[in-house]
Amino acid sequence: MVKKFMYINRKAPYGTIYALESLEVVLIGAAFDQDVSLAFIGDGVYQLTKGQDTKAIGQKNFSTVYMALGDYDVNKIYVEKESLEERGLTLDDLQHLVWEDEDEDWAEKDSIRLVSRAELSDVLDEQDVLLSF
Amino acid sequence: MSLLHTVNKSPFESNTFDACLGLAKSGSTILLIEDGVYAATTGNSVADKIKNTTGINFCVLGPDAQARGIQGKLAEGIKVVDYEGFVDLVAEHDAVQAWL
Repeated sequence: MVKKFMYINRKAPYGTIYALESLEVVLIGAAFDQDVSLAFIGDGVYQLTKGQDTKAIGQKNFSTVYMALGDYDVNKIYVEKESLEERGLTLDDLQHLVWEDEDEDWAEKDSIRLVSRAELSDVLDEQDVLLSF
Repeated sequence: MSLLHTVNKSPFESNTFDACLGLAKSGSTILLIEDGVYAATTGNSVADKIKNTTGINFCVLGPDAQARGIQGKLAEGIKVVDYEGFVDLVAEHDAVQAWL
């Protein structure tokens, strides 16, 4: 039976290991053909920003991996609108994440869904399994 | 006597930045490092706190800002320093208070 899995991401990248660990688990989980969603709330929205360059801090730049999520059928990426606004960010500050819909001749579609806190609370309510990072 | 304060936590995740701001005296330096650098970006809900604070020298560690992709979004008046600049700041101040 396919279950609805949601990964909740609340931490900024690099300062702690949570963001990278979440991404690793998402990629592993993607092999199990479940209905996967990701939510980015609070400082978690910083994980998706454009222009990250980690050369000078000697850590792996894993921000490019989010681009590949669409290829693993991870294409429901919820970003909380209020969290972006509190941080002075807009959708333009985030990477443009896309996936290809095989039911529509591989049409390219946006993976990011900008949702309000109230809308996200409804999405959370529908899940079978919640994993928090 | 002047102190160098370092803040390494996001202002949205902890009250470290506020605690530092409350105790930093005029003439001291606050260096934002690691996730602390997010406090230095424009248009966020803490930007006014830096803007309304006078007499404190605000710096941000360039490599940490660059890693997080915010080097183009830093608020006016915030100085960017590299690792050598960090060492210089330590040498120039009488003591370092690392807010964790």
